[in-house]
Amino acid sequence: MDFHDSIIAAVQMIVRNKTQSFLTMLGIVIGIMAVIIVMSLGASAQEFILGQIKNYGSNMVAIVPGVPDSSGAPAAAFGIVTTSLKNRDAESVINSNNPSIEGVSMYVRGSDLVNWQDNTMSVTFYGTTASYPQIENSVVEKGRFFSVDEESSNAMVVVLGSKVATELFGDDNPLGQKIKIRKSNFTIIGVLKSKGGNFIQNQDEEIFVPIKTAQNVLLGINYLDFMRIRVDKTENIDKVKDEVTSILRENHNIDNPSDDDFMIRSVAQALEMISSITDILKFFLVAVSAISLLVGGFGIMNIMLAIVQERIKEIGLRKALGATSSEIVWQFLIETMTITFISGVIGIILGISISFVAAQIINALGYQWTFIVSYDGIIIGCVVSLCIGLIFGIVPALRASKLNPIEALRHE
Amino acid sequence: MLISVKNLKKEFKEGDLTTEVLKGISFDIKKGEFVSIMGPSGSGKSTLMHILGFLDKLSFGKYFFEDNDVSNLSDFELAKMRNQKVGFVFQSFNLLNRMTVLENVTLPLIYSKGFKGEREERAKEILDQMNLSHRLNYLPNSISGGEKQRVAIARALVNKPEVIFADEPTGNLDSKSGFQVMKILQELNDRGNTIILVTHERITAEYASRIITIKDGLLLDDSPVIKRQIAAENQELIK
Repeated sequence: MDFHDSIIAAVQMIVRNKTQSFLTMLGIVIGIMAVIIVMSLGASAQEFILGQIKNYGSNMVAIVPGVPDSSGAPAAAFGIVTTSLKNRDAESVINSNNPSIEGVSMYVRGSDLVNWQDNTMSVTFYGTTASYPQIENSVVEKGRFFSVDEESSNAMVVVLGSKVATELFGDDNPLGQKIKIRKSNFTIIGVLKSKGGNFIQNQDEEIFVPIKTAQNVLLGINYLDFMRIRVDKTENIDKVKDEVTSILRENHNIDNPSDDDFMIRSVAQALEMISSITDILKFFLVAVSAISLLVGGFGIMNIMLAIVQERIKEIGLRKALGATSSEIVWQFLIETMTITFISGVIGIILGISISFVAAQIINALGYQWTFIVSYDGIIIGCVVSLCIGLIFGIVPALRASKLNPIEALRHE
Repeated sequence: MLISVKNLKKEFKEGDLTTEVLKGISFDIKKGEFVSIMGPSGSGKSTLMHILGFLDKLSFGKYFFEDNDVSNLSDFELAKMRNQKVGFVFQSFNLLNRMTVLENVTLPLIYSKGFKGEREERAKEILDQMNLSHRLNYLPNSISGGEKQRVAIARALVNKPEVIFADEPTGNLDSKSGFQVMKILQELNDRGNTIILVTHERITAEYASRIITIKDGLLLDDSPVIKRQIAAENQELIK
């Protein structure tokens, strides 16, 4: 009995026993589908997250106050306020005149409800430097950003994120209007172009005032929440980090590196870290969906054992007509593998379709989500479904091949 | 000599208990003979047929097929002998109900070499000889008992075997279909096919030209049939 005959026989069996075959296949279809969806959505999510971070530019270096820990999150992430980073630090970096440093910006932040006429919105306000648009790749759509003079003179001016402008002012022109932040009046001088959000921050929903105004008038503090440095080339990042580290140590009178009270991180570093986290997540999700494949595999084995039991007489007859034991093994193995392979293909098609629909829905919700077909997933799906057929089909097939033809023929 | 058995014994062991079913049987069958193996149930005739038909192995003695010693073949060799040297016709037809008549007849050819087209041609040719050309794509459940047995005979013949073993082939048939089946077997024999018929009925056994009678695992009698039943003479009934 050749391979071709076995496959045709298997397909005929599937077609003739539609209900039974459908139920047999369901476990594997769902399992493979889950793996494909997880791999596809996982790849898309990874691309989405990394894309968001890359929007900042991978040449960005961030300095946050707090005790460094090469792998952990900054203390600020846990709500701990650290006051060690000062304006002076940023000024020292600027004054170092390092040719690789394209710009430095400082940040403090707070939040408040702001309103104009009947419209109210809860916003995060940032005190920052005039260099903000250059550092953050932001574009001013209307009016202008505040100047270096305004930055150092406690000017009561504000630049709005695009969404804040739309929500508060609708079609009206916000330029020249006044809004209250923490009970102080600010004049709107500009509106930023929409940039879209990411999971760290959404500039469109924020407003920006000069750093000293924020520190002195709004927050009453003399420290920075963080600062950012734009480096000219990726390969200069390490050099810049070293120079900034030594400037900050000098400013903070630190001799021993273990006493550092600040952390310097680059976007490239963050990308690497996030890639590894999303890889682990993806692997974990695939592992979880693989469990459903295992369950499906046992389902197949169970049903194939029942099929062998049902077909004892047929096996006896086939042996009487000259089938060898190995031909019986192959017949049942190929039947099982055909069932699991067809299930795998159906699972792959369903998985890709569902990932595609999901991508369309997420896109419709306004996110830049790319639909990614994971070719690895397709190959893995095919191979895994064949392997499941082989692994879970072997026990029923061996059982069938060991039947004594005389007893099998007598079986009723 | 086509078949020659010498002092053939068969024991079945179950735990400590050994049952001797065949207790030393010897006989020869020439090519082209029509032999009935007759005996009451439990006599050992089915076991004998299983051994002669390569479905089972003997415990002691010798079995020569076409002058070759086939007493100690492996399972693989037995399967090949079953496929190429013998054909079976069973009392309960043993057709696969989920396969068409044509597919059932093609089945033995699947286990020997040959292309699909050739196999189907051969199966159609035999089915035509059995007057079943109009039933090729029928499922066994939708044809009569007599037709089923003719399909089974076609299946037994499809690989051009040396011997056809018919185990109570008329047992599940009405008398008319029974005569038809016996007529076919006699015609096959007339054309030179060796037929070994296993039955417990004297009248059925007498369609053969020789009867080997088995009782309690021993050969009781081995003699030619004096007044042979001729199925063709029951032409009226067959019509």
